[in-house]
Amino acid sequence: MPYQAIVIGSSAGGLHALKIIISGFSASFDTPIIVTQHLSPNSDNYLVQFLNQFTQLTVKEADEKEVILRGYVYIAPPNFHLLVEEDFTLSLNVEEKVNFARPSIDVLFETAAEAYKNQLIGIILTGANHDGAKGIARIKQKGGYTIAQSPDTAEAAAMPQAAINTGFVDQILKLEDIPVFLNKICKSKV
Amino acid sequence: MSKNLASPDETTSNIELDLLLEAIFRKYGYDFRDYSRAHVKRRLYSRIKQHELQSFSQLQHLLLYDEQTFQEVLRGLSINVTEMFRDPAFYAKMRTEVIPLLKTYPYLKIWHAGCSTGEEVYSFAILLHEEGLYERSQIYATDFNTDVLETAKRGIYPTSRIKEYTMNYQEAGGKNSFSNYYTARYDNVIFDASLKKNIVFAEHNLVTDSVFAEAHLIICRNVLIYFNRSLQNKVLQLFSESLIKGGFLGLGSKENILFSPIENSYKTIDGEQKIYQKKFI
Ligand SMILES: C[S@@+](CC[C@H](N)C(=O)[O-])C[C@H]1O[C@@H](n2cnc3c(N)ncnc32)[C@H](O)[C@@H]1O
Repeated sequence: MPYQAIVIGSSAGGLHALKIIISGFSASFDTPIIVTQHLSPNSDNYLVQFLNQFTQLTVKEADEKEVILRGYVYIAPPNFHLLVEEDFTLSLNVEEKVNFARPSIDVLFETAAEAYKNQLIGIILTGANHDGAKGIARIKQKGGYTIAQSPDTAEAAAMPQAAINTGFVDQILKLEDIPVFLNKICKSKV
Repeated sequence: MSKNLASPDETTSNIELDLLLEAIFRKYGYDFRDYSRAHVKRRLYSRIKQHELQSFSQLQHLLLYDEQTFQEVLRGLSINVTEMFRDPAFYAKMRTEVIPLLKTYPYLKIWHAGCSTGEEVYSFAILLHEEGLYERSQIYATDFNTDVLETAKRGIYPTSRIKEYTMNYQEAGGKNSFSNYYTARYDNVIFDASLKKNIVFAEHNLVTDSVFAEAHLIICRNVLIYFNRSLQNKVLQLFSESLIKGGFLGLGSKENILFSPIENSYKTIDGEQKIYQKKFI
């Protein structure tokens, strides 16, 4: 069964890491990507503009009740949690911070795991906190595939290390190897 | 039959969740069936873990027989996060684009739906006051959560947030010194009674209660995001029936009326701030 979506969580150092990953996808890469990067509450949509320079895919800020489409990279807006619904639409909400973060990676990963089950890939990148560890565990429990950036290639090691420590990470990869690996295991447009 | 039940599979757990929401509705009258499923599931899931239960069915059993548990679940499902002058640009646009038109009415009826602990209501009351409209306004502030309404009625908020609110107020185009509107008391500030006198706080459930009638302005921010599409549409219809022709609707920064059944009956006043006006014809 091909993977239907990829969720990525990143925090401190995430801008650079996301750039490397997003720019490494082939133009025919055909699996939707949903990203939660920790941002300050009042940041503008710089991240979206920045990432759009490096890819043929369309990077956009996630909209409320938007349908998830192939060829798109969705970014959680500042100050909102991003959730995946079981009908493969996106929801935003303003509930309390989770792991001191809004958007929180756990919120995205846990809801995506419910929606996509074993057809989901979850990736934890650089970060200085523990957000996403619970989410990684949930993805694995639902039969999905889990990846962590190798902590020694991460600007901040704590977040990928916390994910690895759960025992639910399938693959630990160097940053540059992550897009190569994804190009291999995900379906391309024919 | 074995005593050690297997943990529920996907289908089973979805059936159980449906039944749990049905049980809550039939027993207690709160209807979460058309809320964002992902949100409801996540919140109930953490409740299950907290009670060390295995399934939604077990939680259902518990809350059917124990109102206390239900109240906890209800609190867990209602998200009350709010602040004063949240999104200052929304208030700034209201001031420049909507207030001048509201000034043409001799009497105003304003409805804050999903007002939570009241910060939004006092913010708007300050704006009305500064624009000379407060005295002719009747403000209805509603929520389905009676706990938050009690806090809203008191109008007492922690001093620790005042710095942030003062900045918001200024960004929103505030005309006075923000401290004119409250009295500080130890760790709290209490908002002026003169701001409260035209506000009625009341319980109202957007899913199960009826229209409000003849409002000039409805503000409902960060509530629709908790609903699924069809419930969002239903509630937008309710707002539409409650507004006078030419009345205004202000939504949260991520909410809008695009692709909803009311879309064509409204003119966009400000697309970014999600301010709309019901057409006259
Ligand atoms: C996140 S708060 C928004 C508060 C404020 N409007 C703001 O934007 O800051 C959402 C509020 O909607 C209320 N709410 C949720 N469902 C409701 C319903 N069916 N009827 C009325 N209020 C509801 C909740 O109790 C909560 O106070």
